[in-house]
Amino acid sequence: MIHIDRLTKRYYVERDGRQVVALSDVSLTVANGEFMAIVGPSGCGKTTLLNIVAGLIPYDLGAMSIDGRRIEGPGVDRAVVFQHSSLLPWRTIAGNVRYGMEMQKRFDAATMRERTDHFIKLVGLSGFEKHYPSELSGGMQQRVNLARALAADPAVLLMDEPFAALDAQTREFMQAELLKIWSQARKTVIFITHQINEAVYLADRVAVMSARPGRVKGIFEIPFERPRQLGLKRDPRFLQLEDSIWQLVEETPERIGMAKTAS
Amino acid sequence: MTTIQDDPALTERPRRSFYERHEAVILGGSAVLIAIAIWQWAWSAGKISPLFFTGPSAVVARFIEEWTMGRLKEDLAYSGTNFVIGVGAAIATGVITGVVIGWYKRLAMIFEPFLTALYSTPRVALIPLILIWFGIGIWSKVFIVFINAFFPVLINTIGGVRSTDRDLLRAARAYCASDWQIFTTIVLPGAVPFILTGVRQAVALGLIGVVVGEMFGGSQGIGYMVNYGGQTFQTDTVFMGVVLIAFAGIVLTWLAERLERHFSRWRPER
Repeated sequence: MIHIDRLTKRYYVERDGRQVVALSDVSLTVANGEFMAIVGPSGCGKTTLLNIVAGLIPYDLGAMSIDGRRIEGPGVDRAVVFQHSSLLPWRTIAGNVRYGMEMQKRFDAATMRERTDHFIKLVGLSGFEKHYPSELSGGMQQRVNLARALAADPAVLLMDEPFAALDAQTREFMQAELLKIWSQARKTVIFITHQINEAVYLADRVAVMSARPGRVKGIFEIPFERPRQLGLKRDPRFLQLEDSIWQLVEETPERIGMAKTAS
Repeated sequence: MTTIQDDPALTERPRRSFYERHEAVILGGSAVLIAIAIWQWAWSAGKISPLFFTGPSAVVARFIEEWTMGRLKEDLAYSGTNFVIGVGAAIATGVITGVVIGWYKRLAMIFEPFLTALYSTPRVALIPLILIWFGIGIWSKVFIVFINAFFPVLINTIGGVRSTDRDLLRAARAYCASDWQIFTTIVLPGAVPFILTGVRQAVALGLIGVVVGEMFGGSQGIGYMVNYGGQTFQTDTVFMGVVLIAFAGIVLTWLAERLERHFSRWRPER
């Protein structure tokens, strides 16, 4: 279980020394195996929150733990799928999928080889093992990114707008694909997005954040059965839920960058 | 039934002729051959004074003579040794200091003024000093090569380390990579193309260092041979030396480019 308790993060603008409160009293609990999506307008601090949970940046006040252990920096219990695939361009696809495991040194060489093959197959990239990232499309690169994270066998998968840079069609396809993969891997997921419809389609619960200071405004239960088909997005109940989340988001004065029904 | 895709005229890759495939080599090669032919004709027809200039046949004749009876082989070996030791040492020290200075910001602040001063000084101006330090033997020549080849490697390595991709650093940290792992898997591979650019420049400048170094003091090497040939009005010896140096330059640069390309396979095709 991920437990985030009254987290506060401030930073200072270099230019004029102005203080900005990026996160204010953010509290959130994510159960094991749960898919939690976080939506909010640009600048609401959702990516900051994810980076804090990943242990990549420090926070000022509050507490945070996974299964009772305090989070103080990156750990093998978490893996991040970044918005930009951040693959090592000089490593082949297989080399990239192995990278996380290699850094964490938790598996022996034979197991690493086995897991590399397994997760390349799981994300549907068999046959591309010896290719370099520059030879792959954006969608394929994000699959490698996902395979790299899953291969490291984390308890928690942190995803930072992983499909934001993809075109609408590829994104829909990747969402369906992600659900299929997740149903097999069954990890706890925190998924950041600025697209409400993506959040509703993927998640068990959707947290809405507001901007400046970033705080959690409300949490929605998503009742739809799994496995979910892409057609669900046309279901009236889906649209209704999407709409009520949208209304909560809209109360935020700064809603620039928020997409209602893009894709 | 033949669909449009099966039509051999559409699916078969248009075959390019031998000329089309090797156009650059054929055009360039013929131009060089024609230039040499004109030069040779002018030389044989007696239109060139042997005091100031020479002809291709004379250069070749001098080469054969020096190779079989003279000390050309010793001179080549001497210059080659200077080059290999000097450039080798420059690459090794340039990469190591470049990585350290590129990685630690404070060290860069401390050393930058000295490096800038040395880098902007024409290295030739240091030769008298180097002769005082190392004498006129092989080590002064090696050091001249070294100091010529060192800076391009150093500067490019620093640039390569500094241009490390922030996103990759963050990804490595998220996977709990140690500092050493970050260095070996992110910083160093990212800097390799830069380092190899430095190596290519070092090879070119090292070659200059060899020739210039041997022109100051000493009595061996290709640089000495060219210098001596000039002082004694043996224009064909001078030409032979220049052609040999140019040839070495072409071959070494080609090798360095091959190396660069080999290590850039992962880069998107340009």
